[in-house]
Amino acid sequence: MALPEKILIVGTPNVGKSVIFNALTGRYATVSNYPGTTVDVFRGPCKICGNAYEIIDTPGMYSLVPVTEEERVSRTILLKEKARVVIHVIDGKNLERMLPFTLQLIDAGLPVVLVLNIMDEAERLDIKIDAAKLSKELGLPVILAAGALNRGIKELKDAIDSYEPSKASTFPLDSRIEKFVSDNTGLLKKNYGVAERLMLLWLLQEDPEVTALVKAKEPAVFKKLAAARKTLSGKYKDHMSYALALLRQKRATIISGKCELSPEKPRLLAEEALSRLTMHPFFGLVILVLVLLVVYLVVGVFGSKICVDYIENNIFGVYIIPPITRFVEAVFPWVAVQDLLVHDYGIFSLGIRYSFAIILPIVSLFFFMFAIIEDSGYLPRLAMLIDKIFKMMGLSGRAVIPMVLGLGCDTMATIVTRTLPSLRERVIATFLLALAIPCSAQLGLIMGLLSANIMMFLVWFGAIFLIFMVVGWLSAKILPGEAPVFFIEVPPLRFPKVKNLVIKTYTRLEWYLKEVIPMFILVSLLIWAGRLTGLFQLAMKALNYPVKWIGLPEKTSEAFLYGFFRRDYGAAGLRDMAGSLTHNQLVVALVTITLFLPCVAQFIVMVKERGIKTGLYISALVLVIAFASGYALNELLNILRITL
Amino acid sequence: MISEKAEEILEALWIQTVENKEKTADLSSLCASDSDEALKELLDKKLIKQGKNGFRLAGDGEAAARDVVRRHRLAERMLTDVLNIQDASVHESACKFEHVLHKGVDEAICTMLGHPKTCPHGTPIPPGKCCLKKAKVGDVRVVGALAELRAGEKGKIAYIQASSRENLNKMMAMGVLPGNTIQLLQNFPSYLFKVGNSQFAVDALIAREIFVRIEQ
Repeated sequence: MALPEKILIVGTPNVGKSVIFNALTGRYATVSNYPGTTVDVFRGPCKICGNAYEIIDTPGMYSLVPVTEEERVSRTILLKEKARVVIHVIDGKNLERMLPFTLQLIDAGLPVVLVLNIMDEAERLDIKIDAAKLSKELGLPVILAAGALNRGIKELKDAIDSYEPSKASTFPLDSRIEKFVSDNTGLLKKNYGVAERLMLLWLLQEDPEVTALVKAKEPAVFKKLAAARKTLSGKYKDHMSYALALLRQKRATIISGKCELSPEKPRLLAEEALSRLTMHPFFGLVILVLVLLVVYLVVGVFGSKICVDYIENNIFGVYIIPPITRFVEAVFPWVAVQDLLVHDYGIFSLGIRYSFAIILPIVSLFFFMFAIIEDSGYLPRLAMLIDKIFKMMGLSGRAVIPMVLGLGCDTMATIVTRTLPSLRERVIATFLLALAIPCSAQLGLIMGLLSANIMMFLVWFGAIFLIFMVVGWLSAKILPGEAPVFFIEVPPLRFPKVKNLVIKTYTRLEWYLKEVIPMFILVSLLIWAGRLTGLFQLAMKALNYPVKWIGLPEKTSEAFLYGFFRRDYGAAGLRDMAGSLTHNQLVVALVTITLFLPCVAQFIVMVKERGIKTGLYISALVLVIAFASGYALNELLNILRITL
Repeated sequence: MISEKAEEILEALWIQTVENKEKTADLSSLCASDSDEALKELLDKKLIKQGKNGFRLAGDGEAAARDVVRRHRLAERMLTDVLNIQDASVHESACKFEHVLHKGVDEAICTMLGHPKTCPHGTPIPPGKCCLKKAKVGDVRVVGALAELRAGEKGKIAYIQASSRENLNKMMAMGVLPGNTIQLLQNFPSYLFKVGNSQFAVDALIAREIFVRIEQ
C-alpha cells in the first residue's frame, strides 16, 4: 500500500496554522493567542475527497533562513518531506508583510497553496482582498479563510484535491542577482530538496547550514560558487540577506498594492483601547494584580479550599476510601498487601486520593484559567511590561511565556524554553523553572494552606520572589554570553472561544493524568517496598538532618521524600500534617518544598532539552538552594522574633 | 578659520591615519599644485607636521580634522535622508556642504537627523557633543531613532542601523524595512510600535537601531 501523500502547513508565528491543522484533521494541536504555541511538529491523517493524506503542522518561522531552533526544525521538515502541497498560512490583515515569505516558497519551487487566514479580523478593519487577482499575480491557488470559524476549509480541501503541480514562475529580484542565478544554474548536481534557484540564493546569503552542506557534498562546485558570491556581494553595501529582503519586500508591496484595498485611515477598534491599557506602565500593573487576584480566588480559595476540602472529606473520606479499606482488609488477610493498597501509604489512600481528590480539581481549574489567559493574548503584553525586570536576570521579556506556563506545568514550560533565542537564556529559564516556579498543583495546594493567614502568604511569596530574582541575577552574572535582545509580536486581544478553552483544558488534563497516575502508583509501590526492606526508614533518617536543620519536626521528612518524586506530592504531604505544625514551620516548609527538586518528568525533559550534565547541575543546585533558603528563612524569623 | 582646501587635507589625513590606521598619508589624490598654499597654512598653524615619510596630524589638528570628517558625513546623511538624493552626487555635494556647517550648525543638523552613527556608506560618523545631550523640547527633528520618537509619532522607516546580524534578522522578521510606515505607540516600559497592521514590543537596543523619517 502506498503511503499517504503529505501536506505541510507553514507560516509566520501566530497566524493560525494549528487552527487549520485541527480543521483539516479533526485532531487537536494546541491553539493559543501568542507566537510560539507550537514548538513541535504535529502530524495527523486527513481524508479529502476519498484520498488519504498526512497533514504536518510546523512551528512558525519568519523566513526560510532560520534564526531560532524551532525555525530550523520547520525548515528541515520543509526540505525533507516531499509534500504534495505546502499550505502557506498568512494573516489576512498583514498581506504585505507576509508575502515575502510566499515569494521565498515560490523560489524554492514548492507546490504552494496560499491561505489568507483570520479574514474576519481583516474585514473588521475594512480590508478587502481580491483573492482571484492575487492568485493570478502569484500563479498559485489563494484561499480566504477564518479557520476558527471554519470558513474557507472546504475551499482549501478542494484546492488540495484539485492541485495541479505546475511551476509558479519566480519573481525576478534585481539584474545582478538574476545574472548570478542564471550564470550558475546547473552547477549543483546533487538533489537538496529545493529548487536550485533557492539553493543559490541561500548560498548568496551565506546561510551557515546550507553552506556547510554544499561544501561537504560538492567541494569543487562550492569553491566556484563561493568566489562568484564574493564578487557579487562586494557590489552591495548591505549584507546580502538584507538586500534580498528589501527586494522581496518591494515586490510584495507591489503585489499587495494591486490586490488589497485598505482604508486610508485605519479603523480603531474598541479592544485597542483595552489592549493599550494592559500595557500601560501603571494600569498595566493594576490589571496584572487583578488577573493574579482572580486566579488566586478561583484556584486558591474556590479550588483548593472549598472544592478539595469537600471532595476529600465528604466524598473520598466517606464514600471511597473507607469502603475500599474495609474491602481490602476483608479480602487480603496479609498486612503487607493491605499496606500496598490502603492504610497510610497505599495506592488508594495515598496515590489515588492525592491525584483525584486533591490535585485533579486544582489542576483543572488552573488549566482552565490559563487557557483564558493564553487565548486572550495577554502573555505577550505581560512580556512587554516585564522585559526591563527580566533583563536583570539575563532573560528578555519573551521568557515570561515559559515562566507563566510553568505556573501551569513546569514540564511543559521547560519544552517551551525552545522559543528563547539564545542558549544562555534557555539555560537560565530552565534553571529558574526548576527552582522557583511552583507548578499549578503545588501552587494551588500552597495557596489553599496559606489562604487563612495573609501574613503567611506574603512571607512565602516574598521569599520565593526574592530567591527568584537573586538567583536569576546571579546566574546572569555567572553564565557567560551576550545580553538578550527583546522583541515580540503583540497580537490583537481576542475573546477566548469556549470550545477551545474546554478542548485545551481537557487535552492538558489528559496528558497530565497520564503522567501523574503511574507516578503516584510508583511512589506508593516504592514506599511500600522501602518500608518492607527498611530503606524507607533509612531515607527518612537521612532526610531528618536537613529537615531538623531548617527547624522542622522529624515527621516532615516524609513530605520531602515525596517531594523527590513530585513537588506537589510534597506539598500534599505537608497538607496532611499542617495541623500539627506552627505557622512559622509551615511557611518554612512550604518555601523549601516550593524550591525543591522538580518532578521526575521535569527532570527527564530537562535532560532531554539541555543535556545530562546541565540537568544534574541544576538538580544539585536546586537541592542546596532549597534547604539553604529554608534555613535562612527560619533563622531570620527566629532572630527577628516573628511569629506568624 | 582655515581655508576649504586646508580642511580637505585634514579630512584626507584623518581618514588615512586615524581611521584606517596607516602609518603615513598619501596626499596624491589631492591636486598637488594648488595644495601647496594650504599645506603651508596648516604647517604655520601647527595643525600638521612634516616627517620623513610625509605629513601627519599634530596638536589641535586631529580634533579639527575629526570635525571636518564629521561634518562631511553628516552632510551625506542629510542629503540622503532629508533631500532623498540617492546617487553618487551625494559625496560630491557633501564635499561642498562640509565647509559651511560650522559653529553649531553641525549640531543642529546632527540633532535634526537623530544623531546618526554612520554615513549612508556605512562608515562611522565621529560623535559630537550634541550626541550625548538629552533631547530638548523644540529640537527640530526630521529623522530620529525610534527610541527618540514621542509616543504617537509616525513616519517612514529611513534606514536600519543594526549592530548585529541577529538584530537585523529580527527586524526583517518584523517587517521593519526601509520605506515601511511605522508608528511608535508607547515608549515605556518597552517600546511598542505598529508596522502594517501588526504591533511589536521591543527593547531600547532594537529601538535605537531603527531610524524613522518623522511625519510632521
